[in-house]
Amino acid sequence: MMKTLLSAVALLASSLAMAAGPSIPLDKAPIDLTDKVSLQNGARLFQNYCLGCHQMQYQRYSRTFADLDIPQELGMEHLMFTGEKVGDHITNSMSAKDGETWFGATPPDLTNVARVRGPDWLYTYLRTFYTDDTRPFGVNNKVFPMVGMPHVLQELQGVPSRTYETRLVDGQPKEVYVGIQTDGTGELSTDEYDAAIADLVNYLEYVGEPTKLEAHALGYKVMIFLLIFFVLAYLLKKEYWKDVH
Amino acid sequence: MFKNLMSWIEYRLPFMDKMNLHVIQYPAPKNFNFWYFFGSLAMVVLVNQIITGVWLTMNYEPSAEGAFASVEYIMRDVDYGWLLRYMHSTGASAFFVVVYLHMLRGMMYGSYQKPRELLWVFGMLIFLVLMAEAFMGYLLPWGQMSFWGAQVIIGIFGTIPFIGEDLTLWIRGDYVISGATLNRFFALHVIALPLVLVILVFLHIMALHEVGSNNPDGIDIKKDNDGTVELTEADKKFTFHQYFTRGGKKIIVDAIPFHPYYTVKDLVGLAGFLLIFAWVIFFLPEGGGYFLEPPNFEPANPLKTPDHIAPVWYFTPFYAILRAVPHPFMGAVAMFAAIIALALLPWLDRGKVRSVRYRCGLHRINLIMFCVSFVALGVLGVLPATGLYTLLAQIFSFTYFGFFALLFFYSKNEKTKPLPERVT
Amino acid sequence: MSNAPIDNGRRRFLTIATSVVGGVGAIGVAVPFIASWNPSERAKQAGAAVTADISKLEPGQLIRVEWRGKPVWVVKRTAETLQQLEQTEVNLRDPNSDVPQQPAYAQNRHRSIKPEIFIAVGICTHLGCSPSYLPNDFTEQVEGIISGFFCPCHGSKFDMAGRVFQSLPAQTNLVVPPHMFIDDNTIVIGEDEGVV
Repeated sequence: MMKTLLSAVALLASSLAMAAGPSIPLDKAPIDLTDKVSLQNGARLFQNYCLGCHQMQYQRYSRTFADLDIPQELGMEHLMFTGEKVGDHITNSMSAKDGETWFGATPPDLTNVARVRGPDWLYTYLRTFYTDDTRPFGVNNKVFPMVGMPHVLQELQGVPSRTYETRLVDGQPKEVYVGIQTDGTGELSTDEYDAAIADLVNYLEYVGEPTKLEAHALGYKVMIFLLIFFVLAYLLKKEYWKDVH
Repeated sequence: MFKNLMSWIEYRLPFMDKMNLHVIQYPAPKNFNFWYFFGSLAMVVLVNQIITGVWLTMNYEPSAEGAFASVEYIMRDVDYGWLLRYMHSTGASAFFVVVYLHMLRGMMYGSYQKPRELLWVFGMLIFLVLMAEAFMGYLLPWGQMSFWGAQVIIGIFGTIPFIGEDLTLWIRGDYVISGATLNRFFALHVIALPLVLVILVFLHIMALHEVGSNNPDGIDIKKDNDGTVELTEADKKFTFHQYFTRGGKKIIVDAIPFHPYYTVKDLVGLAGFLLIFAWVIFFLPEGGGYFLEPPNFEPANPLKTPDHIAPVWYFTPFYAILRAVPHPFMGAVAMFAAIIALALLPWLDRGKVRSVRYRCGLHRINLIMFCVSFVALGVLGVLPATGLYTLLAQIFSFTYFGFFALLFFYSKNEKTKPLPERVT
Repeated sequence: MSNAPIDNGRRRFLTIATSVVGGVGAIGVAVPFIASWNPSERAKQAGAAVTADISKLEPGQLIRVEWRGKPVWVVKRTAETLQQLEQTEVNLRDPNSDVPQQPAYAQNRHRSIKPEIFIAVGICTHLGCSPSYLPNDFTEQVEGIISGFFCPCHGSKFDMAGRVFQSLPAQTNLVVPPHMFIDDNTIVIGEDEGVV
């Protein structure tokens, strides 16, 4: 009786992890928040390809520059296009209403997108656009089917399409989706494209929680302090409880 | 000079006497174990919540337009704002962890039994207010989960026949959850409920000190002074406040003064707790998506429901019971009954022996079964309510209530083990 | 009860050590609460230095620039005004600007970097009203002086370098904020890059 119940609980716990996942397995995003070069490249990609439609309305340029070691003058020259002040939030001038008319839904703010979707989702999503003539912008996505967003990075990736392989499924030969392949017309090779997306996702992960590295650095100090406190408190307790035992 | 001042104050406000009564000469059984850390830890977390909460209100903006942005402002623009917010959000989950373990302790050692019924009822009231406090607090960040979680929970009141519709309208103050709802929840969350909570905690402790602490053996440490009690050397070593000996009518055995023995012991518990608490705050503030749910990083949008709405983890056992019952209103009744049943424990348990150590084998199994049901319901409450999960939720709801039903019957004429004369 | 003798020295040491470490911890916990009262990033950005274009500033004209929520005056003084700065000095409370109401580079007779361009926070040093600029009618207040500043609240008077006249409610000269010239026509108020 007890054993069956416990195994039922274990079963529940394992299915919990799988609940409500996307249709294809997600690739692991190589996140490294200490890699400033990667983050800088990510910021550059965001400013050039994403900011047209998506804002980061809670992140300031000055914060990005400071945290990514980008000198202010250089940042203002290369990453700011519309004459804002360096302390301004990273916004565009597209109205929410225009966005809805053009794309069917207002392009979401991306400040916290890495915390909503998770970096792996973003990393896979941005690498699984494929040509689909039935869609208004001619592209669809494996992770986010029927997405209203055009493939803005096509000039980097080239024209992507799905590839299939014939595999035996339950004894029957079947066409199985194996991945995305580009026609090679993009500016980047597949590996370079993956690296660029990794940088972009790295940057999005950073913006989602810009205090993360600070939190970790402080966290280690606090843990060491608490360990010392724990040992002292334990010795003190032992000393006093000599009266009792 | 200083002494004169102290006695001048003492005459008018007997501060030292009260300190002796409640701390320095309070007789605590000497056999408290690991489970006795959680009472003091609950107090620590309450203080953490109040102080960080006060600091968060300094920059939070209780309006539908400004709430989400003001939380991001705290997280990004205010010095250490992220830390204050994580301390508060992690504190909410820690509060429930600590309180659930504290309640389990009471169930294991029969701390609700006579004469501690009122103490238990105050504890249950604290739990109820704590749930209301946590629920209202969760709306304040005004994220998607805040909004839709509140929508679902307020909807529970809508299942009440006849008045349900009007009641939900009244709670929201609008046809949907809106700025009006946010503002009243804010007022209750930061002022009214914390005040009630603090008063209830005070009463809880007063009630505890009146009847005295229970212990893992569940036997009394205050014996009648009828000449039959033999004092050991250890018993003679400590003095306790005369209030507890009832002017010599009672003799206190196997007890130690709360201070310094349990203050230093609780300090160890505190340090251990803080190690885990700080670890979560600094390295896992989202608690794997259970303390801060991912959709809550998106602002509330009344036109777009998240794919999967789950209440925060500490509500899920009760939420699973709610969903296990097919009829909506009966589901709400069942959920409420799950809490009421706990509050009625002192009267449902008709046993005379308190601690699980000396009760019958069936009680031990029954208690384990209850814990398994509670945890399983908690897991099921997070999962979508589909076929198998609903069935499992029904089974575990049955065993949850079964605990109380069984207890009521076997406790009447329970075959218990002999109690020791003195604590072990 | 064990019969081991109680080691009072050890007990005292551990009590003190735990208290000290606990106290350090309490101070550490207080830090984020205290630090959160500092001006936030938003406040700092709102209080950041502002630039003003002075290419269209006529002699005798005053423009107001908002900096940290306060009016900052930028005045182009005429040659006559500059000359009169010398005449007023006998009646001034602090003609040499000894009280540090200005950056070191503005501690001179004209209290500015360039003699003709005067920059000051337009708030009376008495109780915080904003004085009026009287470009031509200041003689009614101080005989023989054409222009100056007059505070309507309690009657304090300042010359064209923001220096306060004697025997009036205001005790100190007007505040000159940190500022610098990027070029001849552009000034930055609120920042001087440590230029002395």
